[in-house]
Amino acid sequence: MHTTGQILNGSEIFFECLRRENVEYIFGYPGGALLKVYETLHDVEDIRHILVRHEQGATHMAEGYARSTGKPGVVLVTSGPGATNTVTGIANAYMDSTPLVVFTGQVPSSLIGNDAFQEADIVGITRPITKHNFLVKDVKELAITIRKAFYLATTGRPGPVVVDMPKDVLAATCAFEWPETVEIRGFKPTFKCHKNQIEKAAHKIAKAKRPLLYVGGGVITAEASEELRTLATKYNIPVTMTLQGLGAFPGSHPLSMGMLGMHGTYWANQAVNNCDLLIAVGARFDDRVTGKVDAFATQAYKIHNDIDPTNVDKNIKVDLPIVGDSKDFLASLLEEMPEKTESHELWLADIEKWRKKCPLSYSVEPDSLKTEFVIEEVSKQTAGNAVVVTDVGQHQMWTTQYYTFMNPRSIISSGGLGTMGYGLPAAIGAAFGIKDRPVVLFCGDGGFMMNIQELVTAVYCKVPIKIFLINNSYLGMVRQWQELFHKEKYSFTDLAESNPDFVKLAEAFGCKALMADNPENAKEAIRTALAWNEGPVVVDCRVARKEMVFPMVPAGGAISDMLLARLNPKTMV
Amino acid sequence: MKHIISVLVENRFGSLNRVAAMFSARGFNLESISIGETEDPEISRMTIVTRGDDQIINQVLKQLNRLIDTIKVTDLTRQPHVERELLLMTLKLSKTTQHEIFELINVFKGKVVDIKQKSITIEVIGSPDKINTSIDIFKPYGIKELARSGVVAIHRGE
Repeated sequence: MHTTGQILNGSEIFFECLRRENVEYIFGYPGGALLKVYETLHDVEDIRHILVRHEQGATHMAEGYARSTGKPGVVLVTSGPGATNTVTGIANAYMDSTPLVVFTGQVPSSLIGNDAFQEADIVGITRPITKHNFLVKDVKELAITIRKAFYLATTGRPGPVVVDMPKDVLAATCAFEWPETVEIRGFKPTFKCHKNQIEKAAHKIAKAKRPLLYVGGGVITAEASEELRTLATKYNIPVTMTLQGLGAFPGSHPLSMGMLGMHGTYWANQAVNNCDLLIAVGARFDDRVTGKVDAFATQAYKIHNDIDPTNVDKNIKVDLPIVGDSKDFLASLLEEMPEKTESHELWLADIEKWRKKCPLSYSVEPDSLKTEFVIEEVSKQTAGNAVVVTDVGQHQMWTTQYYTFMNPRSIISSGGLGTMGYGLPAAIGAAFGIKDRPVVLFCGDGGFMMNIQELVTAVYCKVPIKIFLINNSYLGMVRQWQELFHKEKYSFTDLAESNPDFVKLAEAFGCKALMADNPENAKEAIRTALAWNEGPVVVDCRVARKEMVFPMVPAGGAISDMLLARLNPKTMV
Repeated sequence: MKHIISVLVENRFGSLNRVAAMFSARGFNLESISIGETEDPEISRMTIVTRGDDQIINQVLKQLNRLIDTIKVTDLTRQPHVERELLLMTLKLSKTTQHEIFELINVFKGKVVDIKQKSITIEVIGSPDKINTSIDIFKPYGIKELARSGVVAIHRGE
């Protein structure tokens, strides 16, 4: 620990700042522009550096860590290719409002703009995908810039911040000053909700006959699950959640309706269609949620709480916008609400009817393994208490349907950007953050190959993640769209001929590997995997190849027009 | 409808880029943008002319506010304000036209900033409407080159 006023070089200042920001882990990869930093790191003992095998892996690990803990994830990469390799992860974190601070090395200040070796204008490249970014031009600015970066990444709507550090700045020296407070005049997020608006909202909720809570990731970020639970249960208001909102309300509760939207439950989407009051909390009316906007919740008076004013009236015009922190919103609302409202029995009975009419279902056959079965079985065996990480595609949507999320910060999934390759590194990052619950990864065979190199990281760090490789040897979601909407032209989605033997592959990485291809051996493999804590384990689940995810709202369709089962594409227009 | 938005931003490299890039990334119309230092050297004022319906302008204002380098965003359109643009224009000059050109410069309260044997460079200051009109009027005499500053605007004082 260094003290204020001490003369330090940029690299020492860098670690001192991280220490003061209580950073536990850095996900990084060394390189030329960072040699000085790694020289200093050699003797740093209180911050753990995780050596990844590709910089994209570092960003997703940092995301997994951030989403599972609520703390900012920290990435350290070199200039040029090191920096550009982080771009997908940064964009992903931006879309899903995940707090990251990404430190990039840069060529020496004197060479910037000269097309120097390993130079890339990473500040320019990441401008549209960061909350903000900085180029540090003077070692005297380094500490305050790092302070600002952490403050910006974690305050208000979280997001990624990039700090670009030229090589000479990291070697230069100055007296270390740690700013205790940070003031950014252009950044003043509104936390406190407007009182009049809250009164109006309480009044509307008290009067509503068919109210519905539509809950997004903002509730989890704001740590407002308790308040949400009180509001919903005290006043009997059903709750539907977005992909990022799952777990905000316990999935086993009778008022939980699961996810809404494109692959949401039939009853959740019917409830949206029929509610007279929609209370959107920390959600942003994403197109995967709304489908055709003109047909979305047309009967409802719409209340929208979000900490980011740009989310209000962006996709859907609302009647009562309330900008502010979701925890403040829910807590203030509870204060304003009357002791008792209507019990909404008829409304809940309607929902029950829809639930019975089109339940989620799949068939169990002795010789064929279904993804739904694997997920449901993992859900049972972990009692809904695992931290569940997914990749992107069919298995991701099935996870939302068949895993019963009981706690907030339990689903870690690439929502906005839909990044294949996210799952494996994100699961590793989550496992660094969470030690008291199992970390489970569901990952398709396509996405698994996109960051397979990080299996090395998991093995050498002995990270006990349970990887359920949902292997249908297809890019299943693309294949589904090809079957439904593109004349069954299965163009470049069949991976059966080219896929490796995943059991052998995992073993080559030094990873425990199992195989399952029917419900019986899957049950057993799941049990074994959940009990194995020496390191990562891969279960190659060879699932039925041509299954499709239903229900489904075709892109741009109204959510009232869900496809409920496999249709014959030849009869479709 | 056309809107004039005044934005105070941190006077740092990249601030202009952040604003311009936000407009293109979100598909907002950007008719003109001008920037210059204010009385406080740490702050620049940007004047932006854009078009859109209320919903779009609402988003433009919020997205501008969301940028960390922006300090204050004001839609001047419906408030008392003054807007000006500067036009510099070089015209062909001949014995037969010079008399008329000089008269027109007076009509537009313009100035001659340079004159050569076969060309004349003038400046005109005014609202974008006035600038448009002056360009139309001078066009028949042969415009060799022109440059417009984009609009700058400010609140009227109390």
